[in-house]
Amino acid sequence: MLSRVAERIYWMGRYLERAENSARLVNVNSHLLLDLPKGVTLGWWPLIEISGSQDLFNEHYEEASEKLVVKFLIADAKNHGSLSNSIFYARENARTIRDIIPSEAWEKINDLFDFVKESLPGSMARKKRFAFLQDVTSRIQQITGLLAGTMLHNVGYDFLRLGRNLERAEMTTRIVDVRSESIITAETEDLAPFEQFQWVSVLHSMSAYLAYRQEVHGIIKSDNVLRFLMQNPYFPRSFARCVNETKISLLNLPNNEKLVELADTMLKKINKLSFKTADDPLDLLIDKLQIELSELNKSITKVYFSLERTQKTKKQKELPEEV
Amino acid sequence: MSINWKEYQSQGLFDELVLPSGRARKSAAPLCRYLSKLSDEELQERRAASELAIKSMGITFTVYSEEEGGSIDRMWPFDIVPRIIEKKEWDQIQTGLIQRVKALNMFIDDIYHEQRIVKDGILPVELMKDSKNFRPQCVGINPPHGVWAHICGSDLVRDAEGVVYVLEDNLRVPSGVSYMLENRHVMKRIFPEMFENYNIQPVNEYTSHLYETLAALSPRDISEPEIAVLTPGIYNSAYFEHAYLAQQIGAELVEGCDLMVDSDDCVYMKTVEGLTRVDVIYRRIDDEFLDPEVFNPDSMLGIPGIMRAWKKGNVALANAPGAGVADDKVIYAFVPKMIEYYLNEKALLPNVPTYVCHYKEDRDYVLDNIEKLVVKPANESGGYGMLIGPHAKKEEREKFKRLIQRDPRNYIAQPMLTLSTAPTLVDNHVEARHLDLRPFILSAKKTFVTTGGLTRVALKKGSIIVNSSQGGGSKDTWIVDMGA
Repeated sequence: MLSRVAERIYWMGRYLERAENSARLVNVNSHLLLDLPKGVTLGWWPLIEISGSQDLFNEHYEEASEKLVVKFLIADAKNHGSLSNSIFYARENARTIRDIIPSEAWEKINDLFDFVKESLPGSMARKKRFAFLQDVTSRIQQITGLLAGTMLHNVGYDFLRLGRNLERAEMTTRIVDVRSESIITAETEDLAPFEQFQWVSVLHSMSAYLAYRQEVHGIIKSDNVLRFLMQNPYFPRSFARCVNETKISLLNLPNNEKLVELADTMLKKINKLSFKTADDPLDLLIDKLQIELSELNKSITKVYFSLERTQKTKKQKELPEEV
Repeated sequence: MSINWKEYQSQGLFDELVLPSGRARKSAAPLCRYLSKLSDEELQERRAASELAIKSMGITFTVYSEEEGGSIDRMWPFDIVPRIIEKKEWDQIQTGLIQRVKALNMFIDDIYHEQRIVKDGILPVELMKDSKNFRPQCVGINPPHGVWAHICGSDLVRDAEGVVYVLEDNLRVPSGVSYMLENRHVMKRIFPEMFENYNIQPVNEYTSHLYETLAALSPRDISEPEIAVLTPGIYNSAYFEHAYLAQQIGAELVEGCDLMVDSDDCVYMKTVEGLTRVDVIYRRIDDEFLDPEVFNPDSMLGIPGIMRAWKKGNVALANAPGAGVADDKVIYAFVPKMIEYYLNEKALLPNVPTYVCHYKEDRDYVLDNIEKLVVKPANESGGYGMLIGPHAKKEEREKFKRLIQRDPRNYIAQPMLTLSTAPTLVDNHVEARHLDLRPFILSAKKTFVTTGGLTRVALKKGSIIVNSSQGGGSKDTWIVDMGA
C-alpha cells in the first residue's frame, strides 16, 4: 500500500473519532450542568482544557461562557480541532482515497459534511444542539460500521484502526486528566452525592456508564472509575484497550518491531498502577502517557508515511564526517 | 406518444442513423424500430435508469468552480440513443488509424534522431524548431520498440458528404477511454434486449490490451512488472479515469509525491512496506510537469530526476516525453506527407484541409476568409482558444486576425465542417445533434485499436463543441456486423 494512501486512511480515522468525541463531550457537559446543586459551578472551561486549546481560546474569547465554548468546540473555523473542522478534514482525507474505501462510506462521509454545514447555524442553541450532536455521533458510528462491514480488512484497515485507537487513547487521557483534577470532592456530607454524580458524568462523557456498571459493582468512586477508564481490557475506550488494539493493528504491519515495543511498554506501565492512593501523582503519569502516545504517533509517521531516500542517507554516512 | 421518426430532421447533413429520405440506415433499422415502440414512460424510465447507473457507478468528471467552492464532480452526461457504425466501414477506418499512428511514431523517432524528414525537405525546419512541444531534452533517446506515442486518441469527424476525416491526433495524454467502457456497461443495463438481437462488437478488451502494451515496455524482464498510473490528483478533470484505469489494469494509482528517484537512477514508489521499484509509468500529467529538474522547476506534480531515470532506460514512460511534438496542429497538416514519406503509402484517412498560417499564401487566404473558417491555436486542446468564424462576432474575428498576424506560426485554419449528426433524446422526442468519434490506438510490440471509440455529442442545439467541459456529452458507439 502506498504510504500516502495509508497516511490518509489513518488521518481519516483520527478525525472521525475526534469529531465524535467533541460531540459527546459537549452533550454530556450540557446535561451535567443541569443537575448541579445551586452554588456549584463547574462551567465550560474544563472542556477547553480537555481539548488542549487554552491559549487559542483565550486569544479569541474573553470568557468561557457556554455559548462561546460550544461555538469554539463545534463550529469555530479558527479551532483546528473543532467538530466542523474535524469533519472537513475527515472528508478531505477520504476524498483522496475514494478508490480505496467503499463508495458508500465516501457517500456517508460526504453526507455528514453536508449535514453539518447545513445544520450548524441553527443548531447551537441548547434546544436543538442535543439532537444535532447525537445525530452527528450516530452518523459517525454508521460510517465506522460501514467501514468495518465493507472495507477490505487489509493493512489499510489496520491504519484506520490505528488512527481511531490512538485518537481515543489520547482523548481518554485528557478527560481523565482534566476531570479528576476539577472534581469537587466531598468534604461535607451533603456534597457526597455530587462527587459520585460527577464521576458518573465522566463515565457518560465516554459512553462508559453502563459498561462500568457491568464490570464494576458497588458505589461509584474515583479509584474504581480511574481503573476502569485506564485499565479495563474490554471497554473500547479505556486507555489500555486502545493501546492494545493499536498493538494488534501494528502486529499486522511490516517493520513493526520498535512500534510494538513502544505499545508494550505503555501497556505494562499502565497495568501496574493501583490508582488507590494519592501516592501516584496522576497528572504526572498522564503527562508521561501523553508523551509516549505522541512518540508512537511520530514513529508510525516515520516508519510508514514519510519514507526517506534510503540509499542517499547511506551514501552520506560513507562520506568522511566533518568535524 | 413515442418517438416519431417522421418528425426527425437532420437538416440536410449526414446523419449516422437516418437517411435523407427519413428512413433508418440498414444498420440502424432495428434500433429505430425498437425505440419507436417504447412509450414516453418507458423512454423516460430508460433514461432515468441510465442516470441512476451513472450515479451509482460513480462516473463523473471534475470541473472547477469558484462559486460552488472548489472542484466538484459532475455526472457524466450521457445520451441513451447509441451511435452505430457498420463493421465493414469500421474495418477500413481501423486500418487507416493503424497506418497513421505508425507513421506518427516513426516521425517522432526521426525528429529526435536524424531528422531525415527535415533534411529531405518535407517538413520545413522552422516549423519543426518552433513546435511548442518539441523537447530538446529528448534528442537521441531510444524508447523501447521505437514507439513514443503508446496511447493515441485521434478525433474523427464526418462531413456532409459522409467522408470521415481525422480532425486531430492527441499524443500527449488523451482521455475519455474510461467513458467509452462505462457507456457500454450502462447500455447493457438499460437495453439488454438490443445486445441479444444485434451483433454488437464488444469493447472491453481495451484494458487487457492496455496492460499488455504497458507491460511490454518494462525495462526489467520479469513476469509481473510494476506498473503505476501517475495522476495530478483528485482535482484533475480526468481523475475518475485515472483511478478507473489503474483499477482495471491492476496498477497502483500514484501522485508525484508517491514516487522518487534514488541514487541508482531507478524510480521507486513509497509504500508502507518500504520502497518498491517501478518499471512502467502510465503518466497522465503533461511533459512540463514531469520533472522539475528538467522542465518546470515549480512543478509540484512531478518527480525530480525521473527524466534521468527514463533516459537511462531504467523506467518506461507512456507516452514518452516529447511525443507531443506531433500533437501540434501545424505538424498535423503534414501527416499525409509523413505517411507517404515513411511508409511509401497513400494516407487511407484524409486530413481536414488545413491552412498553415505560417505560409504567406495560406495566411492571406485565412485573413480574407476568416468568416468561413475555424481558426485554432497550434497547441491547445479541449476546444479552448479557437474561433468559429461563421458564429463569431466581428470584434472576435478582428481579434483573431491580429493574433494570427502577430504569431502566424501558432495558428491554423480549417473550413467549417458540417459535422454529422445522430438522433439524441430531448425530452420525449429525438433531435439531431452533432458528434465526433475518438478511437484510441495502442502501440508497443503490437498495435490495437478500440472497437469504435468514444462518441462525443454536442448537447446544445446547433453546437459543434463536443468537449465535456463545454456542454458536451457522450453516446455508446456500436460497431455492428450486418454480415455481407
